[in-house]
Amino acid sequence: MNKDALKKILGDAKVVSLDRRKFLMLGAAGAGSLLLAPGDSKAADKLKTSARIVIAGAGAAGLAAASYLVQKLDGAKITMIDARKEHYYQPGFTLVASGIKNSSYVVSSTRDYLPGGVELVEEGVAEFDPEGNKVVTESGKSYPYDFLIVATGLKLDYAAIPGMDTEQIGNNGLGSIYHSPAKAEATWRVMSGFADKGGVGVFSRPATEMKCAGAPLKYTFITDDYLRRRGNRGNAEIIYNAHNKALFSVPIVHEKVRMLFDDRGVKVNYDRALESIDLSKRIATFKSPVGPVEVQYDFINVIPPMRAPDPVRNSPLPWQEGGWAKDGWIEVGKHNLRHKRFANVFAVGDVAGVPKGKTAASVKWQVPVAVDHLVATISGKESNSVYNGYTSCPLITRLGQAMLIEFDYKDNLTPSFPGVIAPLEELWISWVMKTMALKPTYISMLRGRA
Amino acid sequence: MKDLDPLVFVAVFQEMLGPLLWVMLLLIVAGTAAFVALMLKERAINSKRLLRAEMAGLLGGGLALVLMAKVSSSGFTDAGGPADWFLIAMVFGLGLAGTVILVYTYLGWRQPATR
Repeated sequence: MNKDALKKILGDAKVVSLDRRKFLMLGAAGAGSLLLAPGDSKAADKLKTSARIVIAGAGAAGLAAASYLVQKLDGAKITMIDARKEHYYQPGFTLVASGIKNSSYVVSSTRDYLPGGVELVEEGVAEFDPEGNKVVTESGKSYPYDFLIVATGLKLDYAAIPGMDTEQIGNNGLGSIYHSPAKAEATWRVMSGFADKGGVGVFSRPATEMKCAGAPLKYTFITDDYLRRRGNRGNAEIIYNAHNKALFSVPIVHEKVRMLFDDRGVKVNYDRALESIDLSKRIATFKSPVGPVEVQYDFINVIPPMRAPDPVRNSPLPWQEGGWAKDGWIEVGKHNLRHKRFANVFAVGDVAGVPKGKTAASVKWQVPVAVDHLVATISGKESNSVYNGYTSCPLITRLGQAMLIEFDYKDNLTPSFPGVIAPLEELWISWVMKTMALKPTYISMLRGRA
Repeated sequence: MKDLDPLVFVAVFQEMLGPLLWVMLLLIVAGTAAFVALMLKERAINSKRLLRAEMAGLLGGGLALVLMAKVSSSGFTDAGGPADWFLIAMVFGLGLAGTVILVYTYLGWRQPATR
């Protein structure tokens, strides 16, 4: 396929004069032909069906699912429903909040990745009705389905922190890297100001499930590094508040981070979750086993509790009992992402009620498994695809270095490059992967090519 | 990255470089072809020309490292372990070898060797 594309370019190049612009266009055409090729070559293997498939949510998980379905099915009516027109490359938010990239790095358009033949409804979902096999949008329009893939992502529940006001992110020492690309950039400005002066920097993570559990740690390390680079580490105190007794859910990673925090002089408190905040007085109140603890801060990175979006929580889809019921995570089998009560419903990405990893890496490995099971059901077969909980976290430990941590449901480390890239070592190559290779890999995933 | 499919690499590099990927591939293929053609024509290595190409190669290797540092918002000074030294050696090596071949070939076709 590569050779053919190259031959085509070389053949064409003989005919036309090679000024630079035309040459680049030829290159793009070659790239385009490469993009089309996998679909064409697989056309014969596609399963013919008239199934109606609704995908709720057009983020990383929804788009990847649509791309995989289009590759595998012929004739299916695929409808995606999402109100947001922009696409956010969320793994880049920490880089924006660290002054490495600006916010345009993480913003693109959903339609850039929409596979051909898939309809995008630019509305929010108001109601899930798995008993009636339909989804109702905010305008009241009903979308009946044979299969539903829920990929709505999650809700950042800032309102659950009394005193918090997202409008104030970027002012008076208040940062929050998760909120949006613009607020990630605003967080960089306020963190940079803190690194110029020093003071008390307060970091934490919520007591709920959360997306990318490494991000709060990364941002603590990065702030520490900026303080050092600007000669103000001596004037600063950095406090990290863990919501339970661990810094990371994988024990061996927890131990490593504990050692690194110790080395960098980061003070760690366990069993503390942000309860409320007074933005004007710069006081954060943490819930602890000994009662509320007030902390005066000069800079704080607020990470709100995370829950399933309201339409999901208000539907029959979430777990009915256990720890995940209260926050509304969807009751799916952890190895196949299929709903435990509604067999024609799947959940992928952040909204899935599975034990590990609300990350893009999880999406990358969940989506092919869920799609494989869905397609097998259409063809009347059983799929033996299994998702083992694989996820990865390039945990930045200073500017220019990261630990490439990959793990699964069993808390095993699952390095992609064993013997070459050590998972618990601070390496430049891991940083290079995070800054250079991750976004192209992610975009390839959206297109169903990686 | 549980299993590594070469096609995934192509997809990723295409996203990373866009049309530049094809420019680079073309340069590599055309440069190598021109080099081989030169070898076949002269049937000898011109040591004076090779030396000049190698001097340029050192510069090319350095340039590759600078480029790498720029696009990764970091630098080889951030190296933390053997994998990093390997990466640095690889980037420098590729820059060096590529430049040597291209410069040698260019000089060879421009000023044919006189004995």
